[in-house]
Amino acid sequence: MSRTAWLAGGLLALFALPLVAGEFYLNLASQMLIAALFASSLNLLVGYAGLTSLGHASFLGAAAYLSAWLSLHLGLAHWASAPIALAGTVLTAAVFGWIALRATGLGFLMLTLALSQVLWGLAYRWVGVTDGDNGLRGLTRPEPLGVAIESADRFYWFALLVCLLAIGLIALFVRSPFGAALRGTRDQPRRMGALGFDVWLIRWLTFVIAGFWAGVAGLLFIWYHKYVHPSALSLQASAEVLLAVIAGGSGTLAGPVVGAVMVVFLKNFVSAYVERWNMLLGFVFLAIVLFLPEGLVPGMRRLIRRVKS
Amino acid sequence: MTSSTTPALAIEHLRRSFGGLPATDDISISVAAGERRLIIGPNGAGKTTLFNQITGDIRSDSGMISLFGEDVTRLRPDQRAHRGIARTYQIITLFGRDTLEHNIVLALLGLSRARWSMVRGLAPRSDFRDRARDVLAQVGLRELAERTVAEVSYGDRRRLEIAMALAQAPRLLLLDEPLAGLSREERATVQQVIASIPRAVTLVMIEHDMDIALELADSVTLLHYGRVIVQGSRAEVVADPRTQEVYLGH
Repeated sequence: MSRTAWLAGGLLALFALPLVAGEFYLNLASQMLIAALFASSLNLLVGYAGLTSLGHASFLGAAAYLSAWLSLHLGLAHWASAPIALAGTVLTAAVFGWIALRATGLGFLMLTLALSQVLWGLAYRWVGVTDGDNGLRGLTRPEPLGVAIESADRFYWFALLVCLLAIGLIALFVRSPFGAALRGTRDQPRRMGALGFDVWLIRWLTFVIAGFWAGVAGLLFIWYHKYVHPSALSLQASAEVLLAVIAGGSGTLAGPVVGAVMVVFLKNFVSAYVERWNMLLGFVFLAIVLFLPEGLVPGMRRLIRRVKS
Repeated sequence: MTSSTTPALAIEHLRRSFGGLPATDDISISVAAGERRLIIGPNGAGKTTLFNQITGDIRSDSGMISLFGEDVTRLRPDQRAHRGIARTYQIITLFGRDTLEHNIVLALLGLSRARWSMVRGLAPRSDFRDRARDVLAQVGLRELAERTVAEVSYGDRRRLEIAMALAQAPRLLLLDEPLAGLSREERATVQQVIASIPRAVTLVMIEHDMDIALELADSVTLLHYGRVIVQGSRAEVVADPRTQEVYLGH
Protein backbone atom coordinates (compact mmCIF):
# COMPACT_ATOMS: atom_id res chain seq x y z
CA MET A 1 0.00 0.00 0.00
CA SER A 2 1.42 3.34 -1.00
CA ARG A 3 2.16 6.18 1.40
CA THR A 4 -0.59 8.30 -0.17
CA ALA A 5 -3.13 5.51 0.32
CA TRP A 6 -2.10 5.20 3.98
CA LEU A 7 -2.42 8.94 4.42
CA ALA A 8 -5.86 9.06 2.74
CA GLY A 9 -7.06 6.11 4.82
CA GLY A 10 -5.78 7.72 8.02
CA LEU A 11 -7.47 11.03 7.24
CA LEU A 12 -10.75 9.27 6.43
CA ALA A 13 -10.58 7.39 9.74
CA LEU A 14 -9.88 10.63 11.64
CA PHE A 15 -12.84 12.44 10.06
CA ALA A 16 -15.10 9.39 10.59
CA LEU A 17 -14.21 9.03 14.28
CA PRO A 18 -17.30 10.90 15.59
CA LEU A 19 -19.48 8.33 13.78
CA VAL A 20 -18.20 5.52 15.98
CA ALA A 21 -16.79 7.11 19.14
CA GLY A 22 -18.70 8.39 22.15
CA GLU A 23 -18.35 11.79 23.80
CA PHE A 24 -15.59 10.73 26.21
CA TYR A 25 -13.37 9.42 23.44
CA LEU A 26 -14.08 12.41 21.19
CA ASN A 27 -13.06 14.79 23.96
CA LEU A 28 -9.95 12.71 24.52
CA ALA A 29 -9.22 12.87 20.78
CA SER A 30 -9.68 16.68 20.80
CA GLN A 31 -7.16 16.97 23.62
CA MET A 32 -4.78 14.75 21.66
CA LEU A 33 -5.10 17.04 18.64
CA ILE A 34 -4.33 20.13 20.72
CA ALA A 35 -1.36 18.39 22.32
CA ALA A 36 -0.16 17.20 18.89
CA LEU A 37 -0.14 20.74 17.51
CA PHE A 38 1.55 22.03 20.66
CA ALA A 39 4.26 19.34 20.42
CA SER A 40 4.71 19.98 16.68
CA SER A 41 5.35 23.65 17.42
CA LEU A 42 8.01 22.78 20.01
CA ASN A 43 9.54 20.29 17.57
CA LEU A 44 10.50 23.21 15.33
CA LEU A 45 12.88 24.29 18.07
CA VAL A 46 13.96 20.96 19.53
CA GLY A 47 14.04 18.82 16.41
CA TYR A 48 14.85 21.20 13.59
CA ALA A 49 16.79 23.98 15.31
CA GLY A 50 18.51 21.83 17.94
CA LEU A 51 17.34 24.22 20.68
CA THR A 52 15.83 22.45 23.68
CA SER A 53 13.31 24.72 25.37
CA LEU A 54 11.88 24.11 28.81
CA GLY A 55 9.49 27.04 28.64
CA HIS A 56 7.30 26.42 25.61
CA ALA A 57 4.09 26.30 27.67
CA SER A 58 4.51 30.09 28.03
CA PHE A 59 3.10 30.57 24.55
CA LEU A 60 0.19 28.17 24.87
CA GLY A 61 -0.65 29.79 28.21
CA ALA A 62 -0.14 33.36 26.95
CA ALA A 63 -2.56 32.84 24.05
CA ALA A 64 -5.10 31.16 26.33
CA TYR A 65 -4.88 33.86 29.02
CA LEU A 66 -4.93 36.74 26.54
CA SER A 67 -7.92 35.37 24.68
CA ALA A 68 -9.78 34.68 27.94
CA TRP A 69 -8.97 38.09 29.42
CA LEU A 70 -9.98 39.96 26.26
CA SER A 71 -13.32 38.13 26.22
CA LEU A 72 -14.04 38.47 29.93
CA HIS A 73 -12.75 41.97 30.67
CA LEU A 74 -13.16 43.80 27.37
CA GLY A 75 -16.09 41.75 26.11
CA LEU A 76 -14.41 41.18 22.75
CA ALA A 77 -15.93 38.65 20.38
CA HIS A 78 -13.85 35.61 19.38
CA TRP A 79 -13.12 36.99 15.92
CA ALA A 80 -11.37 39.95 17.57
CA SER A 81 -9.87 38.33 20.67
CA ALA A 82 -8.26 35.41 18.80
CA PRO A 83 -6.02 37.45 16.45
CA ILE A 84 -5.13 39.92 19.23
CA ALA A 85 -4.22 37.02 21.52
CA LEU A 86 -2.10 35.49 18.76
CA ALA A 87 -0.39 38.82 18.08
CA GLY A 88 0.35 39.18 21.80
CA THR A 89 1.75 35.65 21.90
CA VAL A 90 3.97 36.30 18.89
CA LEU A 91 5.25 39.48 20.55
CA THR A 92 5.97 37.54 23.75
CA ALA A 93 7.83 34.89 21.71
CA ALA A 94 9.79 37.63 19.91
CA VAL A 95 10.96 39.12 23.23
CA PHE A 96 11.61 35.75 24.90
CA GLY A 97 13.51 34.54 21.82
CA TRP A 98 15.59 37.70 21.73
CA ILE A 99 16.63 37.07 25.33
CA ALA A 100 16.96 33.27 25.27
CA LEU A 101 18.95 33.14 22.03
CA ARG A 102 21.83 34.90 23.68
CA ALA A 103 22.78 31.36 24.61
CA THR A 104 22.57 27.88 23.13
CA GLY A 105 22.53 24.43 24.75
CA LEU A 106 22.07 24.37 28.50
CA GLY A 107 22.11 28.18 28.72
CA PHE A 108 19.21 28.41 26.28
CA LEU A 109 17.28 25.77 28.21
CA MET A 110 17.79 27.63 31.50
CA LEU A 111 16.79 30.98 30.00
CA THR A 112 13.57 29.57 28.52
CA LEU A 113 12.81 27.94 31.88
CA ALA A 114 13.46 31.21 33.75
CA LEU A 115 11.33 33.28 31.36
CA SER A 116 8.45 30.83 31.55
CA GLN A 117 8.63 30.91 35.34
CA VAL A 118 8.26 34.69 35.23
CA LEU A 119 5.08 34.30 33.19
CA TRP A 120 3.82 31.49 35.42
CA GLY A 121 4.49 33.67 38.50
CA LEU A 122 2.52 36.51 36.92
CA ALA A 123 -0.41 34.20 36.23
CA TYR A 124 -0.38 33.07 39.86
CA ARG A 125 0.23 36.40 41.56
CA TRP A 126 -1.34 39.07 39.34
CA VAL A 127 -4.73 38.26 40.78
CA GLY A 128 -6.41 41.42 39.45
CA VAL A 129 -5.82 40.25 35.90
CA THR A 130 -5.61 36.47 36.07
CA ASP A 131 -7.69 35.76 39.20
CA GLY A 132 -4.69 33.84 40.50
CA ASP A 133 -5.19 30.24 41.51
CA ASN A 134 -8.87 30.40 40.53
CA GLY A 135 -8.00 30.90 36.87
CA LEU A 136 -10.20 32.57 34.27
CA ARG A 137 -13.55 30.87 33.70
CA GLY A 138 -16.99 31.44 32.26
CA LEU A 139 -15.78 31.43 28.66
CA THR A 140 -17.52 30.34 25.49
CA ARG A 141 -16.51 28.62 22.28
CA PRO A 142 -16.49 30.53 19.00
CA GLU A 143 -18.89 29.87 16.14
CA PRO A 144 -16.64 29.66 13.06
CA LEU A 145 -18.65 30.60 9.93
CA GLY A 146 -21.76 30.61 12.09
CA VAL A 147 -21.40 26.95 13.05
CA ALA A 148 -21.63 26.23 16.78
CA ILE A 149 -18.88 23.92 18.06
CA GLU A 150 -20.27 23.31 21.53
CA SER A 151 -20.83 19.59 21.02
CA ALA A 152 -17.94 17.12 21.33
CA ASP A 153 -18.14 15.92 17.73
CA ARG A 154 -18.22 19.43 16.20
CA PHE A 155 -15.37 20.66 18.36
CA TYR A 156 -13.38 17.56 17.37
CA TRP A 157 -13.94 18.26 13.67
CA PHE A 158 -13.00 21.90 14.15
CA ALA A 159 -9.84 21.00 16.06
CA LEU A 160 -8.99 18.37 13.46
CA LEU A 161 -9.26 20.88 10.61
CA VAL A 162 -7.13 23.46 12.44
CA CYS A 163 -4.50 20.86 13.37
CA LEU A 164 -4.33 19.40 9.87
CA LEU A 165 -3.92 22.87 8.39
CA ALA A 166 -1.29 23.83 10.99
CA ILE A 167 0.71 20.61 10.71
CA GLY A 168 0.47 20.81 6.91
CA LEU A 169 1.95 24.33 7.02
CA ILE A 170 4.63 23.16 9.47
CA ALA A 171 5.48 20.35 7.01
CA LEU A 172 5.81 22.89 4.18
CA PHE A 173 7.97 25.07 6.42
CA VAL A 174 10.47 22.34 7.31
CA ARG A 175 10.75 21.24 3.67
CA SER A 176 11.29 24.79 2.42
CA PRO A 177 14.69 26.40 1.78
CA PHE A 178 14.33 28.12 5.17
CA GLY A 179 13.72 24.70 6.76
CA ALA A 180 16.88 23.35 5.12
CA ALA A 181 18.80 26.36 6.43
CA LEU A 182 17.33 25.75 9.90
CA ARG A 183 18.54 22.13 9.93
CA GLY A 184 21.92 23.40 8.77
CA THR A 185 22.14 25.76 11.75
CA ARG A 186 21.37 22.77 13.98
CA ASP A 187 24.11 20.59 12.48
CA GLN A 188 26.90 23.05 11.61
CA PRO A 189 26.12 26.60 12.80
CA ARG A 190 29.63 27.88 12.14
CA ARG A 191 29.68 26.52 8.62
CA MET A 192 26.25 28.03 7.97
CA GLY A 193 27.57 31.46 8.93
CA ALA A 194 30.44 31.03 6.48
CA LEU A 195 27.93 30.07 3.78
CA GLY A 196 26.09 33.36 4.21
CA PHE A 197 23.28 32.38 6.58
CA ASP A 198 22.45 34.65 9.51
CA VAL A 199 22.30 31.89 12.11
CA TRP A 200 20.89 34.04 14.92
CA LEU A 201 18.10 35.47 12.77
CA ILE A 202 17.12 32.03 11.46
CA ARG A 203 16.87 30.74 15.02
CA TRP A 204 14.97 33.78 16.25
CA LEU A 205 12.42 33.62 13.43
CA THR A 206 11.92 29.93 14.16
CA PHE A 207 11.45 30.70 17.84
CA VAL A 208 8.74 33.23 16.94
CA ILE A 209 7.05 30.84 14.49
CA ALA A 210 7.12 28.05 17.09
CA GLY A 211 5.55 30.52 19.53
CA PHE A 212 2.85 31.36 16.99
CA TRP A 213 1.83 27.69 16.52
CA ALA A 214 1.90 27.14 20.29
CA GLY A 215 -0.42 30.16 20.45
CA VAL A 216 -2.80 28.51 18.00
CA ALA A 217 -2.73 25.42 20.23
CA GLY A 218 -3.43 27.77 23.16
CA LEU A 219 -6.56 29.12 21.46
CA LEU A 220 -7.81 25.58 20.85
CA PHE A 221 -6.97 24.82 24.50
CA ILE A 222 -9.01 27.71 25.88
CA TRP A 223 -11.94 27.01 23.53
CA TYR A 224 -11.90 23.36 24.53
CA HIS A 225 -11.65 23.81 28.30
CA LYS A 226 -13.40 27.22 28.48
CA TYR A 227 -11.13 27.77 31.46
CA VAL A 228 -7.46 28.52 32.05
CA HIS A 229 -5.39 28.05 35.18
CA PRO A 230 -1.73 28.99 35.85
CA SER A 231 -0.84 25.30 35.45
CA ALA A 232 -1.20 25.82 31.68
CA LEU A 233 2.02 27.87 31.90
CA SER A 234 3.78 25.67 34.40
CA LEU A 235 7.11 23.92 34.22
CA GLN A 236 5.23 20.62 34.25
CA ALA A 237 3.33 21.61 31.10
CA SER A 238 6.59 22.60 29.38
CA ALA A 239 8.31 19.40 30.51
CA GLU A 240 5.38 17.23 29.40
CA VAL A 241 5.37 18.61 25.87
CA LEU A 242 9.16 18.31 25.68
CA LEU A 243 8.89 14.67 26.73
CA ALA A 244 6.21 14.12 24.08
CA VAL A 245 8.55 15.50 21.39
CA ILE A 246 11.54 13.48 22.55
CA ALA A 247 9.56 10.27 23.13
CA GLY A 248 7.85 10.48 19.74
CA GLY A 249 11.00 11.42 17.86
CA SER A 250 12.22 14.98 17.46
CA GLY A 251 13.11 16.23 14.00
CA THR A 252 10.34 14.20 12.37
CA LEU A 253 6.84 15.40 11.56
CA ALA A 254 5.04 12.33 12.89
CA GLY A 255 7.14 11.87 16.05
CA PRO A 256 5.76 14.73 18.18
CA VAL A 257 2.19 13.83 17.12
CA VAL A 258 2.67 10.23 18.26
CA GLY A 259 4.43 11.38 21.44
CA ALA A 260 1.63 13.82 22.28
CA VAL A 261 -1.08 11.22 21.65
CA MET A 262 0.74 8.83 23.97
CA VAL A 263 1.11 11.40 26.77
CA VAL A 264 -2.56 12.46 26.61
CA PHE A 265 -3.66 8.82 26.50
CA LEU A 266 -1.58 7.89 29.55
CA LYS A 267 -2.62 11.03 31.41
CA ASN A 268 -6.35 10.87 30.75
CA PHE A 269 -7.22 7.28 29.98
CA VAL A 270 -4.79 5.14 31.90
CA SER A 271 -5.13 7.39 34.96
CA ALA A 272 -8.75 6.23 35.21
CA TYR A 273 -7.55 2.67 35.81
CA VAL A 274 -4.08 3.07 37.29
CA GLU A 275 -3.74 5.18 40.38
CA ARG A 276 -0.01 5.79 40.01
CA TRP A 277 -0.19 6.76 36.37
CA ASN A 278 2.65 9.27 36.74
CA MET A 279 4.93 6.39 37.64
CA LEU A 280 3.70 4.48 34.60
CA LEU A 281 4.43 7.52 32.41
CA GLY A 282 7.95 7.55 33.84
CA PHE A 283 8.45 3.87 33.05
CA VAL A 284 7.19 4.34 29.48
CA PHE A 285 9.66 7.19 28.88
CA LEU A 286 12.43 5.18 30.46
CA ALA A 287 11.71 2.25 28.13
CA ILE A 288 11.65 4.54 25.08
CA VAL A 289 14.93 6.21 25.97
CA LEU A 290 16.59 2.84 26.68
CA PHE A 291 15.29 0.86 23.71
CA LEU A 292 14.37 3.48 21.10
CA PRO A 293 16.62 6.41 22.02
CA GLU A 294 15.86 8.26 18.80
CA GLY A 295 12.12 8.21 19.72
CA LEU A 296 9.15 6.04 18.84
CA VAL A 297 8.70 6.99 15.19
CA PRO A 298 12.34 6.91 14.00
CA GLY A 299 12.96 3.89 16.27
CA MET A 300 10.05 1.91 14.83
CA ARG A 301 11.18 2.82 11.31
CA ARG A 302 14.63 1.48 12.11
CA LEU A 303 13.20 -1.76 13.52
CA ILE A 304 10.93 -2.24 10.49
CA ARG A 305 13.89 -1.67 8.13
CA ARG A 306 15.90 -4.23 10.07
CA VAL A 307 13.08 -6.80 9.93
CA LYS A 308 12.63 -6.23 6.20
CA SER A 309 16.33 -6.64 5.48
CA MET B 1 35.18 52.40 -5.72
CA THR B 2 37.56 49.52 -6.40
CA SER B 3 40.56 50.37 -8.55
CA SER B 4 42.80 47.81 -10.24
CA THR B 5 45.45 48.41 -7.58
CA THR B 6 43.10 47.92 -4.63
CA PRO B 7 44.22 44.78 -2.82
CA ALA B 8 41.75 41.91 -2.61
CA LEU B 9 42.61 41.53 1.05
CA ALA B 10 44.31 44.13 3.21
CA ILE B 11 45.05 43.37 6.85
CA GLU B 12 46.49 46.06 9.08
CA HIS B 13 47.91 45.60 12.57
CA LEU B 14 45.58 42.74 13.41
CA ARG B 15 45.71 41.35 16.92
CA ARG B 16 43.90 38.70 18.91
CA SER B 17 44.84 37.33 22.31
CA PHE B 18 43.48 34.39 24.26
CA GLY B 19 43.94 34.68 28.02
CA GLY B 20 46.69 37.23 27.57
CA LEU B 21 48.60 35.13 25.03
CA PRO B 22 48.69 36.73 21.59
CA ALA B 23 47.56 34.31 18.87
CA THR B 24 47.99 36.97 16.21
CA ASP B 25 50.14 39.97 16.97
CA ASP B 26 50.26 43.09 14.81
CA ILE B 27 49.78 41.22 11.52
CA SER B 28 49.73 43.28 8.34
CA ILE B 29 49.27 41.53 5.01
CA SER B 30 48.23 42.74 1.57
CA VAL B 31 47.08 40.26 -1.07
CA ALA B 32 46.57 41.50 -4.63
CA ALA B 33 43.52 40.53 -6.68
CA GLY B 34 44.07 37.17 -8.34
CA GLU B 35 47.16 36.42 -6.25
CA ARG B 36 47.87 32.97 -4.77
CA ARG B 37 49.22 33.52 -1.27
CA LEU B 38 50.58 30.73 0.88
CA ILE B 39 50.58 31.16 4.67
CA ILE B 40 53.10 28.97 6.44
CA GLY B 41 54.41 28.60 9.92
CA PRO B 42 54.92 26.03 12.65
CA ASN B 43 51.99 24.73 14.72
CA GLY B 44 50.60 27.47 16.95
CA ALA B 45 51.90 30.25 14.69
CA GLY B 46 48.37 31.73 14.46
CA LYS B 47 47.54 30.72 10.89
CA THR B 48 44.05 29.36 11.55
CA THR B 49 43.30 32.16 14.03
CA LEU B 50 44.17 34.61 11.26
CA PHE B 51 41.74 32.82 8.91
CA ASN B 52 39.04 32.91 11.58
CA GLN B 53 39.60 36.65 12.01
CA ILE B 54 39.38 37.21 8.25
CA THR B 55 36.08 35.29 8.03
CA GLY B 56 34.70 36.85 11.22
CA ASP B 57 34.48 33.58 13.17
CA ILE B 58 36.75 35.26 15.73
CA ARG B 59 36.51 38.95 16.57
CA SER B 60 39.79 40.86 16.47
CA ASP B 61 41.01 42.80 19.49
CA SER B 62 42.33 45.52 17.20
CA GLY B 63 43.38 46.14 13.62
CA MET B 64 41.51 46.34 10.35
CA ILE B 65 40.51 43.92 7.61
CA SER B 66 39.37 45.20 4.25
CA LEU B 67 38.10 43.25 1.28
CA PHE B 68 38.55 44.95 -2.09
CA GLY B 69 38.76 48.30 -0.31
CA GLU B 70 35.73 47.77 1.94
CA ASP B 71 36.28 47.65 5.68
CA VAL B 72 34.76 44.36 6.87
CA THR B 73 36.32 44.29 10.34
CA ARG B 74 33.03 44.66 12.19
CA LEU B 75 30.91 42.48 9.93
CA ARG B 76 29.49 39.09 10.90
CA PRO B 77 30.70 35.94 9.06
CA ASP B 78 27.51 35.76 6.95
CA GLN B 79 27.88 39.41 5.92
CA ARG B 80 31.49 38.77 4.88
CA ALA B 81 30.35 35.69 2.91
CA HIS B 82 27.92 37.95 1.03
CA ARG B 83 30.84 40.25 0.19
CA GLY B 84 32.75 37.40 -1.42
CA ILE B 85 34.72 35.53 1.24
CA ALA B 86 34.50 31.73 1.20
CA ARG B 87 36.55 29.22 3.14
CA THR B 88 37.34 25.62 3.90
CA TYR B 89 38.22 24.27 7.32
CA GLN B 90 41.27 22.49 8.67
CA ILE B 91 38.89 20.01 10.32
CA ILE B 92 36.36 19.08 7.65
CA THR B 93 33.02 20.73 8.43
CA LEU B 94 30.24 19.24 6.32
CA PHE B 95 26.63 18.12 6.72
CA GLY B 96 27.40 14.45 7.25
CA ARG B 97 23.88 13.01 7.05
CA ASP B 98 23.06 14.84 3.81
CA THR B 99 23.98 14.08 0.23
CA LEU B 100 26.86 15.79 -1.53
CA GLU B 101 24.30 17.53 -3.71
CA HIS B 102 22.44 18.89 -0.66
CA ASN B 103 25.71 20.22 0.78
CA ILE B 104 26.29 22.19 -2.41
CA VAL B 105 22.64 23.31 -2.53
CA LEU B 106 23.10 24.82 0.95
CA ALA B 107 26.17 26.67 -0.27
CA LEU B 108 24.19 28.03 -3.24
CA LEU B 109 21.23 28.86 -1.03
CA GLY B 110 23.34 30.86 1.43
CA LEU B 111 23.82 33.67 -1.04
CA SER B 112 20.37 33.45 -2.62
CA ARG B 113 17.28 35.35 -1.49
CA ALA B 114 15.46 32.02 -1.73
CA ARG B 115 17.01 31.08 1.62
CA TRP B 116 14.21 33.04 3.32
CA SER B 117 11.44 31.17 1.49
CA MET B 118 9.31 29.32 4.05
CA VAL B 119 6.68 27.79 1.83
CA ARG B 120 8.02 26.61 -1.52
CA GLY B 121 9.64 23.17 -1.21
CA LEU B 122 13.39 22.89 -1.68
CA ALA B 123 13.40 19.38 -3.12
CA PRO B 124 11.54 20.20 -6.39
CA ARG B 125 13.81 23.18 -7.17
CA SER B 126 15.69 21.86 -10.18
CA ASP B 127 17.57 25.17 -10.63
CA PHE B 128 19.56 24.58 -7.43
CA ARG B 129 19.96 20.87 -8.17
CA ASP B 130 21.33 21.47 -11.65
CA ARG B 131 23.76 24.12 -10.48
CA ALA B 132 24.87 21.88 -7.60
CA ARG B 133 25.65 19.07 -10.04
CA ASP B 134 27.64 21.44 -12.24
CA VAL B 135 29.74 22.49 -9.25
CA LEU B 136 30.28 18.86 -8.26
CA ALA B 137 31.37 18.11 -11.83
CA GLN B 138 33.98 20.89 -11.52
CA VAL B 139 35.73 18.93 -8.76
CA GLY B 140 35.06 15.48 -10.23
CA LEU B 141 32.32 14.47 -7.78
CA ARG B 142 29.33 14.53 -10.15
CA GLU B 143 28.87 10.74 -9.96
CA LEU B 144 28.67 10.82 -6.16
CA ALA B 145 26.00 13.55 -6.00
CA GLU B 146 23.40 11.34 -4.36
CA ARG B 147 25.70 9.70 -1.84
CA THR B 148 25.71 11.00 1.72
CA VAL B 149 28.90 12.58 3.03
CA ALA B 150 29.28 9.68 5.46
CA GLU B 151 29.51 7.30 2.49
CA VAL B 152 32.37 8.96 0.63
CA SER B 153 36.13 8.92 1.24
CA TYR B 154 38.12 11.52 3.16
CA GLY B 155 39.64 12.81 -0.06
CA ASP B 156 36.19 13.25 -1.60
CA ARG B 157 35.12 15.20 1.47
CA ARG B 158 38.09 17.55 1.05
CA ARG B 159 37.05 18.11 -2.55
CA LEU B 160 33.46 18.65 -1.46
CA GLU B 161 34.61 21.36 0.97
CA ILE B 162 36.36 23.15 -1.89
CA ALA B 163 33.30 22.65 -4.11
CA MET B 164 31.07 24.26 -1.46
CA ALA B 165 33.37 27.25 -1.31
CA LEU B 166 33.44 27.48 -5.13
CA ALA B 167 29.62 27.30 -5.22
CA GLN B 168 29.63 30.59 -3.34
CA ALA B 169 31.32 32.22 -6.37
CA PRO B 170 33.90 33.80 -4.04
CA ARG B 171 36.19 36.72 -4.74
CA LEU B 172 38.50 35.63 -1.93
CA LEU B 173 38.92 31.94 -1.15
CA LEU B 174 40.62 30.78 2.05
CA LEU B 175 41.82 27.17 2.04
CA ASP B 176 42.88 25.85 5.44
CA GLU B 177 45.19 22.87 4.92
CA PRO B 178 43.29 21.44 1.93
CA LEU B 179 45.77 18.57 1.55
CA ALA B 180 45.85 17.46 5.20
CA GLY B 181 45.30 13.76 5.75
CA LEU B 182 45.16 12.86 2.05
CA SER B 183 46.92 10.00 0.28
CA ARG B 184 49.41 10.77 -2.52
CA GLU B 185 46.75 10.15 -5.22
CA GLU B 186 44.17 12.25 -3.40
CA ARG B 187 46.69 15.07 -3.00
CA ALA B 188 47.32 15.08 -6.72
CA THR B 189 43.56 15.28 -7.40
CA VAL B 190 43.01 18.14 -4.93
CA GLN B 191 46.10 19.93 -6.28
CA GLN B 192 44.54 19.79 -9.75
CA VAL B 193 41.26 21.16 -8.42
CA ILE B 194 43.04 24.08 -6.72
CA ALA B 195 45.18 24.78 -9.79
CA SER B 196 42.05 24.95 -11.94
CA ILE B 197 40.45 27.73 -9.84
CA PRO B 198 40.27 30.79 -12.11
CA ARG B 199 42.44 33.84 -11.43
CA ALA B 200 39.32 35.90 -10.84
CA VAL B 201 39.36 34.24 -7.43
CA THR B 202 42.06 35.42 -5.03
CA LEU B 203 43.45 32.50 -3.09
CA VAL B 204 44.97 32.43 0.39
CA MET B 205 46.04 28.98 1.53
CA ILE B 206 47.48 27.46 4.68
CA GLU B 207 49.38 24.29 3.84
CA HIS B 208 52.23 22.23 5.26
CA ASP B 209 52.94 20.16 2.14
CA MET B 210 55.56 22.55 0.79
CA ASP B 211 56.24 20.70 -2.46
CA ILE B 212 52.67 21.07 -3.68
CA ALA B 213 51.89 24.35 -1.91
CA LEU B 214 54.89 26.20 -3.36
CA GLU B 215 53.89 25.02 -6.81
CA LEU B 216 50.49 26.63 -6.36
CA ALA B 217 51.62 29.86 -4.69
CA ASP B 218 52.82 33.18 -6.12
CA SER B 219 53.87 34.55 -2.77
CA VAL B 220 54.39 33.35 0.79
CA THR B 221 53.89 34.76 4.29
CA LEU B 222 55.66 33.10 7.20
CA LEU B 223 54.07 33.46 10.63
CA HIS B 224 55.76 32.65 13.92
CA TYR B 225 54.25 33.21 17.38
CA GLY B 226 51.47 35.22 15.78
CA ARG B 227 53.76 37.65 13.94
CA VAL B 228 54.77 37.99 10.30
CA ILE B 229 58.41 36.99 10.11
CA VAL B 230 59.03 36.92 6.37
CA GLN B 231 56.86 37.95 3.44
CA GLY B 232 57.55 37.99 -0.31
CA SER B 233 57.82 35.91 -3.45
CA ARG B 234 58.22 32.13 -3.23
CA ALA B 235 61.93 32.30 -3.96
CA GLU B 236 62.59 35.14 -1.51
CA VAL B 237 60.81 33.47 1.39
CA VAL B 238 62.31 30.02 0.79
CA ALA B 239 65.80 31.51 0.54
CA ASP B 240 65.41 33.62 3.69
CA PRO B 241 67.47 32.16 6.56
CA ARG B 242 64.64 32.93 9.03
CA THR B 243 62.35 30.60 7.06
CA GLN B 244 64.96 27.86 7.32
CA GLU B 245 65.32 28.53 11.02
CA VAL B 246 61.70 28.62 12.18
CA TYR B 247 59.95 26.45 9.64
CA LEU B 248 61.74 24.54 6.89
CA GLY B 249 64.58 23.51 9.15
CA HIS B 250 62.11 21.67 11.41
